[in-house]
Amino acid sequence: MKTSTLRRHVRESFRSLGRNGWMTFASISAVTVTLMLVGVFAILMANLSHIASNLEQDVEIKVLIELTADADAEQQLLNEIAHMPAIAEYEYSSKEQELDQLIADFGDDWKLYEQSNPLHNVIYVRALNPEDIPKLAEEINYLSNTDDVVYGEDKVERLFKALSVARNVGLFLILGLLFTAVFLISNTIRITIIARGDEIEIMKLVGATNSFVRLPFLLEGMWLGMFGALIPMGLTAFLYKQLYDFVTPRVSGDLIELVKPGAITLEVAGLLLLLAVVIGVVGSFMSVRKFLRV
Amino acid sequence: MIEMHDVYKTYDNGVVALNGISVKINKGEFVYVVGPSGAGKTTLIKLMYRQERATKGQIVVNNMNVTSISDQKVPLLRRQLGVVYQDFKLLPKLTVYENIAFALEVTEAEPKVIRQRVIDVLKKVGLTKKAKHLPQELSGGEQQRVAIARAIVNKPAVIIADEPTGNLDPETSWGIMDLLEQINRDGTTIVMATHNKDIVNTMRRRVIAVDHGKIVRDEYGGDYGYEN
Repeated sequence: MKTSTLRRHVRESFRSLGRNGWMTFASISAVTVTLMLVGVFAILMANLSHIASNLEQDVEIKVLIELTADADAEQQLLNEIAHMPAIAEYEYSSKEQELDQLIADFGDDWKLYEQSNPLHNVIYVRALNPEDIPKLAEEINYLSNTDDVVYGEDKVERLFKALSVARNVGLFLILGLLFTAVFLISNTIRITIIARGDEIEIMKLVGATNSFVRLPFLLEGMWLGMFGALIPMGLTAFLYKQLYDFVTPRVSGDLIELVKPGAITLEVAGLLLLLAVVIGVVGSFMSVRKFLRV
Repeated sequence: MIEMHDVYKTYDNGVVALNGISVKINKGEFVYVVGPSGAGKTTLIKLMYRQERATKGQIVVNNMNVTSISDQKVPLLRRQLGVVYQDFKLLPKLTVYENIAFALEVTEAEPKVIRQRVIDVLKKVGLTKKAKHLPQELSGGEQQRVAIARAIVNKPAVIIADEPTGNLDPETSWGIMDLLEQINRDGTTIVMATHNKDIVNTMRRRVIAVDHGKIVRDEYGGDYGYEN
């Protein structure tokens, strides 16, 4: 194709947006509204996933060492734990350290126990994959010199189950939303093109090839997608920054920590733009095809 | 220039439009295709630029076998023909200039060539001053002139016109006929389907009469031969 022809197609695609003003407005609005929903949901999902993995990473196994175990026995137990493949890290804490922590957390009343410390020496264990924790805890419990293994069994299992359900529901919703976006946007573009069926017929009758007719429409679909994506791209980034700045100082500790804006908003913006362009181009392609058989 | 040999056309709904048509039209001829409504005139014309495909038979237009060329080659055929329609078929959102230029743009002609040719044909059809108008701002006669300008801007060997005066008043119709005659004098073959008895009887040319899908008369300098 000659460059002058390509220039013509680009020029025509822009002019056509202006000539079909209301249709253009309708298509861009459809893209904007749907992508706004997709954008908000994508950020929501990213945060849910972030919070979930933070919670999961926080879960650790507390191994209480037998009160009768001597230093050698403790060292042997540590070695055995260190060699388990599912383990990410472990840390030894003496019963004195445990009591100090208890006093720090719950107050000086606990100082009474400094006379006769009833606590156990402890090993804290983190798993490579948090979902392996129940199995790992069971294995550690079988080792000699362990008195008990604690990881909040019921709570952890319920938490993991809830997070897994939330993720699946989120994934399902986002897929549904994407499907709706594809359907709504390509349908609006379709209506725009159906209204111009006569135009395509005339183009064909004066000797235009299919690709000559199609290309300006594809470009038009691409612009519709791009222009429609601009507002959701900017607005999701802006609103998320506001939300982050509002929520972060108000949430203590790092139990609930939002994803930092920046990378995430860029990723979501990129996703929205890509989605809009692909749907715009594919929607146009499918709709024009019908009218080319003249 | 145009040769049809034993051409049949039956539509998908079973209507037989053409029933064994054979005809030869030479370069530079001006031919009227006449006949009552539903006789098959429009089908005959549509077959020439492949808007319809013949069910059986051979059609050759300007050395291209219209019945056997692939869909990809149809645009090439259409660029060698200029087609004028009763309803003008102008692109409503393009200006007069852009409508005419479009027929050259599809051939990927150089912008400079396009500009010059469009200016030339606008002059020829007497619409230089209306170049920037939209079709809806023009009268019926002017719109048909634009359609004719678009048809001739590619310098086609043949102009095919399907009832070009069908939507026009008598006076305007004569203006269009003068223009077509002038184009014919320059050597372009013209095939025109018409219902206009006055035109056929006044501007005597070759008359091909079609009825029930068959050619019932082919006469040089003939008259219309029907009562409208």
